[in-house]
Amino acid sequence: MSLFTITTGNRADIDILHLNGELDAHTASQLEDAFKSLISKNRNKIIVNCAFLSYISSAGLGVFMAYIEDVRSMGGDIKLTNMSSKVFNVFDLLGFPALYDILDDEKDAHEKFTQP
Amino acid sequence: MSTTKEQSLLVRATTENIAHVRNFVAKCAAECGFTVTNTDEIRLAVDEAYTNIIKHAYQFDETQTVTIKVFCESDGLHIIISDKGKRYDPETYSEPNVEERIKLKKRGGVGVYLIHKLMDRVEYRHEGALNEIVMTKKF
Repeated sequence: MSLFTITTGNRADIDILHLNGELDAHTASQLEDAFKSLISKNRNKIIVNCAFLSYISSAGLGVFMAYIEDVRSMGGDIKLTNMSSKVFNVFDLLGFPALYDILDDEKDAHEKFTQP
Repeated sequence: MSTTKEQSLLVRATTENIAHVRNFVAKCAAECGFTVTNTDEIRLAVDEAYTNIIKHAYQFDETQTVTIKVFCESDGLHIIISDKGKRYDPETYSEPNVEERIKLKKRGGVGVYLIHKLMDRVEYRHEGALNEIVMTKKF
């Protein structure tokens, strides 16, 4: 069975999700629930740290596709950081780098959220 | 590089088995002599094909089964994934516009696209109630 966990944290109005393990059709609902929970609380500045995300399939990409417009329409964004080249390659196959803010690390994402 | 070798797996059509299925084929690919990068591509293509069967062919009916056969041959790896569910019509496939799908808040619809990007050859075969997707990755 696929193993996947999310650790959440926040700093001021920015929420950070640390993904750990394999994101596929079996585990994607966990990420979906995390996004839904944040959006329901009007939390819309979200950093997704992928340092320990070892695998992603289109079911995982689909969760990002389904919620980015909601978050952006609220004035926020989902920024992805610390992606391994293996995971980045999957995002790249679908042209995500042109559509999503994919950054080196959390610090970069914080700066982009807080810069005037 | 190995000569022809067949390995097979029969599993229930449930998302709980996705990791088992993709890792089984990835192990076959590695044993067949594929690089880590190519093995990762094969692993993802198999995940997408198996997930599509669970969702679309069997519509999450976990009592159904899926057979995965892997052939390591001199020209590369051939993978046949079989089901007896609703037939997929490849004529309905068109390359997804991801930007458009995001605007419409639509997910999915990109698995078949990934399979075609990751594999060298993809065929769909049907015989009676049996549906097969045949995927080939060349060395």
